[in-house]
Amino acid sequence: MTTVSMTVNGKAVSENVEDRTLLVYFLREQLRLTGTHIGCDTSQCGSCVVHVNGRAVKSCTMFVGQVEGADITTIEGLAKDGKLHPVQEAFRENHGLQCGFCTPGMIMTAVDMIRRKPELDRDTIRHELEGNICRCTGYHNIVSAIEDAANKMRGGKEKAA
Amino acid sequence: MSMISYPFGYTRAKSLAEAQALLAKTPEAKLLAGGQTLIPTMKMRLAQPSQLIDISGLKELSFIRVSGDAVVIGAATRHFEVMNSADVKRAIPALADLAGGIGDPAVRHVGTLGGSVANNDPAADYPAAVLGLNATVKTTKRTIAADDFFTGMFETALQDGEIVTEISFPAAERSAYAKFRNPASRYAMAGVFVAKTKNGVRVAVTGAAPCVYRETQMEKALTAKFSPDALADIEVSPDGMNSDIHGSAEYRANLVTVMAKRAVAAALNG
Repeated sequence: MTTVSMTVNGKAVSENVEDRTLLVYFLREQLRLTGTHIGCDTSQCGSCVVHVNGRAVKSCTMFVGQVEGADITTIEGLAKDGKLHPVQEAFRENHGLQCGFCTPGMIMTAVDMIRRKPELDRDTIRHELEGNICRCTGYHNIVSAIEDAANKMRGGKEKAA
Repeated sequence: MSMISYPFGYTRAKSLAEAQALLAKTPEAKLLAGGQTLIPTMKMRLAQPSQLIDISGLKELSFIRVSGDAVVIGAATRHFEVMNSADVKRAIPALADLAGGIGDPAVRHVGTLGGSVANNDPAADYPAAVLGLNATVKTTKRTIAADDFFTGMFETALQDGEIVTEISFPAAERSAYAKFRNPASRYAMAGVFVAKTKNGVRVAVTGAAPCVYRETQMEKALTAKFSPDALADIEVSPDGMNSDIHGSAEYRANLVTVMAKRAVAAALNG
């Protein structure tokens, strides 16, 4: 057992873990933050995406020891004071989810994408979603939701009809 | 509480010197860089190291610098840094393109150059750039020419206790990388890196065979005439090519030619 310390959704945490613990299991089973999902467990589907120091990563493919001292944000950390994050709001407004399983990963990927590339077109969004799979195949509205969120977040009014 | 079904030890090295000391003390240990290939491999128990030494956080191995006509990249530099580096884009745009096509954004945030090259996955992208650009791999013990580095499937010239520290990529007059992705895994079924330099043309192929290799007959033809047409009469032999449910050896051999032509065309347009 090793002690790991980090910040998760703004709160300092310090826990004893087995060395082999993957970040996603640490978040889900030890911290009980079950919004982060495990889909494929082979780093392909993206339902486990969280942010480590502001960058999207697949938490099924990192050991918890690798994020010692890091700042972690999960889907639970996006809403502030009971108000949804603009990307969450856009997914709701655009019906960007069907069964909802991939949604936390999609949203975490989208937040990272918009931070890196505020000017997003639909082609770019589709390329950027390469590592996220929606088993309902509901990509059309996911792309619309991300486009909408990107427009709103940069204060644009040029939202495509 | 873990999907890795056997216990092992994990240590995060604080310096390259510490990593070397740990490796000397525990010869059975394996180095962990970004882990984007190693961790999935461990989940499948294709690798079962008893001890991991994590070198992914070593700042001294994370850098990009221009040195004369070469771009030198530290082993722990993430794909994301390489794809966005103004220096790489200016000196060797094909290398930035290649880095930007590895995996997906989340993988590129974590995966490292040194990890990819030391692991030498048959379908990895970086080995094609290292071999195609005639790069030099620097380790804690020596420097190794690209032609001597990749020795077989998941095999390299690296010895026990030897750590890749940086790779020096000489700039080419023109270069490009073209790959055909497996529609499901998105790994290269064939990826071809073409580099035209004043010393001739190099053509490195990944994904198609058990190990990255040079397509020398294409190199000769392209050195004589750097144009996709120059490859028209070249037949790549399917002998020794990978053959699986995704494609036969003959299919991959054909893909090598198609990707080589695309890479040459892209290099001419670049």
